[in-house]
Amino acid sequence: MKTLFDKVWDSHVVAEDPGAPAVIYVDLHLVHEVTSPQAFTGLRERGLKVRRPERTKATMDHSTPTRKGSDGRFVFVDAQNEAQLEVLRKNCADFGIELFALGEASNGIVHVVGPERGLTHPGMTIVCGDSHTSTHGAFGALAFGIGTSQVEHVLATQCLLHARPKTFRVTFEGTPGLGVSAKDLILALIAEIGVGGATGHVLEYAGDAIRALDMEGRMTVCNMSIEAGAKAGMIAPDDVTFQYLAGRDRAPNGADFDAAVQAWKTLPTDEGARFDRELRIDAAALVPRLTWGTNPGMGVAIDQPVPDPAQMQDAQAREATQKALTYMGLEAGKPLLGRGVDVVFIGSCTNSRISDLRAAAKIFEGRKVASGVRALVVPGSYDVKKQAEAEGLHRVFEAAGAEWREPGCSMCIAMNGDQIEPGQVAVSTSNRNFEGRQGKGGRTLLASPFTAAAAAVTGKVTDPRTLLS
Amino acid sequence: MEPLRPFSSRVLPLIVDDVDTDQIIPARFLKVTDKVGLGKKLFSDWRYEADGSPKPGFPLNDPKHAGAQVLLAGHNFGCGSSREHAPWSLVDYGFRAVIATSFADIFGGNALKNGLLPIVLEPALHAELRAAVEADPNVEIHVDLASQTVTLPSGKSASFPVDPFAKTMLLEGVDELGYLLAKDDAIAAFEARRA
Repeated sequence: MKTLFDKVWDSHVVAEDPGAPAVIYVDLHLVHEVTSPQAFTGLRERGLKVRRPERTKATMDHSTPTRKGSDGRFVFVDAQNEAQLEVLRKNCADFGIELFALGEASNGIVHVVGPERGLTHPGMTIVCGDSHTSTHGAFGALAFGIGTSQVEHVLATQCLLHARPKTFRVTFEGTPGLGVSAKDLILALIAEIGVGGATGHVLEYAGDAIRALDMEGRMTVCNMSIEAGAKAGMIAPDDVTFQYLAGRDRAPNGADFDAAVQAWKTLPTDEGARFDRELRIDAAALVPRLTWGTNPGMGVAIDQPVPDPAQMQDAQAREATQKALTYMGLEAGKPLLGRGVDVVFIGSCTNSRISDLRAAAKIFEGRKVASGVRALVVPGSYDVKKQAEAEGLHRVFEAAGAEWREPGCSMCIAMNGDQIEPGQVAVSTSNRNFEGRQGKGGRTLLASPFTAAAAAVTGKVTDPRTLLS
Repeated sequence: MEPLRPFSSRVLPLIVDDVDTDQIIPARFLKVTDKVGLGKKLFSDWRYEADGSPKPGFPLNDPKHAGAQVLLAGHNFGCGSSREHAPWSLVDYGFRAVIATSFADIFGGNALKNGLLPIVLEPALHAELRAAVEADPNVEIHVDLASQTVTLPSGKSASFPVDPFAKTMLLEGVDELGYLLAKDDAIAAFEARRA
């Protein structure tokens, strides 16, 4: 009896010497401009080629501008960003790698375009020099982030060395209520187990609340596995998965698709298979959540007060809580509801897909962004942008007074000039609220698209359920 | 990569839990396409004022810790992004080891690939070392990878875990890519089997 993880892992072990980690074959290697240049330099220094260029796909997303000037050209914040894209372009040309370049219809955030093109399949091993590679686990793939040294290893050998991780199943039971989304499920888990809570483990998400999610919601959940310290997060493939993949340009088609589905159906965890750890969460009891502190584990239900260090026994926890409250400009033990907001960011590999934009538009529809608030809506890819514009969502955002941008990582990592100012408070649908993550000195509250949009139209932290009918 | 030989060093304490890689090196410094000079950006937002002057009180700016080659951190050091710029910046600054009660997975793996030793000490020994360093910044520890021991200022020897494969790589100063390239036949056979 095997878990989903066991099945994918076991079928990718190329070799396993005594005393050495396993040599694991990589089916799909995704590459972006930030974590790859030094790896290509390494290949050149050793005179190596890319072993399987056809299993390697590159995109530009972190350093890309999301704004065009009146001349229709992208506005780069500095020459370094532009140079980094040029280096990727040259590396892909020199080594024969397909590139979803800025300006092309296929371009977008790496973890949005992989699934959307149909490149991500159940049962695959997928790596990328990016910790949010865990996103692809939503399809029942084993997908994780690697460092640049390993990017070089995979480019050269299509393999990497890895010790077998442990397994950890989290079962979300019951049906979440109105306004409670995939983001709230994963934020609840991270708050419960902490940012190091799943270190050394591959998570499998199971239960009714996970089964009920569409693929985009499942991607949101798996995306933030790394924020609990997990190696990866996975969800067993089912009909929802197969329907999503059917007809995508890089997915198998015709008889090949039917054969693939038969194979994919063997992947789910066998009845009675054992996990190293298990946890159950009552999804029906969850309400919208957001983070108050400086890591994704510092979160609360939206109607709860932020913690009070004076109530804490452990000295180190007390100190960390006080430090985070001070950085965030929050008072111990006070509610977050009503807290004023300067910026709202809807985007990132966590929440920039069409369903996320539809959710945000539901709140923006017929309302205005509150005075003094800057709201930025950044689709995850050109496909998402095109779909949103076909549905008229961009008009909803623009009519409300939000900025509708070109796709990219944008204000999640603040490398491209989209950033918040020191001291500003942002409600963001992205994945990290670390100090300065969205701009030096900035203060980030992580939340779902519903909750972020609710903050935009009210100018303060607001329970989105009060705005949803 | 140079073989990692035994060394003695003073210790720079930065006892904060869950230090993420955005603190180790903020994303705005990831626009580079090489690894040069990243040590100057290490812990930038904690280390420098807005005008670029050193922030008083931050341990890296404290002359009494100058030259320390070991960073003493808290729990879950290196969480967050997979950026290898984090160990690159620590190594470029001059650190050869980080001691913590635990490390985030990706950071720990990246560190080993750059000759930076992530040393996990159990909480009691970690607390002893912290107290010794805070009492006297000039005390030294001795790090020996071959025997997997840290000799604390008290003379107490603390053992630490290291993946045996990574240990061999570090002691011999070779990297994993050579090992993987030597697996070419097995990789080709795997590909043929699945084709």
